[in-house]
Amino acid sequence: MSETVKKFLYVNRKAPYGTIYALESLEVVLIGAAFDQDVSLAFLDDGVFQLTKGQDTKEIGVKNFSPTYRALGDYEVTKLYVEKESLAERGLSADDLQELVWEDEDDDYAEKPSIRIIDRTEMAKLMANQDVVLSF
Amino acid sequence: MSTLHTVNKSPFETSTLKSCLEHVSDGDTILLIEDGVYGAMAGSSMADLVTAKTKAVSIIALAPDMQARGIDEDRLIKGINTTDYAGFVDLAAKNDLSHAWL
Repeated sequence: MSETVKKFLYVNRKAPYGTIYALESLEVVLIGAAFDQDVSLAFLDDGVFQLTKGQDTKEIGVKNFSPTYRALGDYEVTKLYVEKESLAERGLSADDLQELVWEDEDDDYAEKPSIRIIDRTEMAKLMANQDVVLSF
Repeated sequence: MSTLHTVNKSPFETSTLKSCLEHVSDGDTILLIEDGVYGAMAGSSMADLVTAKTKAVSIIALAPDMQARGIDEDRLIKGINTTDYAGFVDLAAKNDLSHAWL
């Protein structure tokens, strides 16, 4: 495809299981990945809870979709920006998040981290520098 | 590059307006729609936070949503303007990017 590549940002601000937003966002990201755009994901406010490790939904009768984030690298979705202040406000640090990696085919398939912790100022710049922003 | 941000939730129910205010860039526009218009009212616990941004950012409330909720223009924080649906369309067209906060 030779169409113009646009910068898409998916903004995630909701915790994973109380509402359907987080799962819907992930579904849209996976569907959108077929269109070969320049995709970034932002996780801020309660959205940072989407990426925590150790989620187990057996007893609440809904699908645990947290392992699906690990598949994003295979869809060339490799930029997951997490806001530092949102983590800190919730007593979390990067260690509480899943380890997500992608394989860089230009670098002998080396595994590289997908999660990038940025501060609020950098998050604002990221949001400003897009062609399309979809917020969930 | 400038962005039109829309906020449609009351700031007393969700942190959406607060987060929006913390992530806008200078020269952007925030349009308060639906229950978001409650964030435009003077004298609330949100008013200082909103007022502080009125210099760097254009903050606008959608008049039909204010009227529906019985909010007169004289109840608004100083520096906040109002617009109608046609103005909403103009704002969407004028800005490079729209960010509909949920």
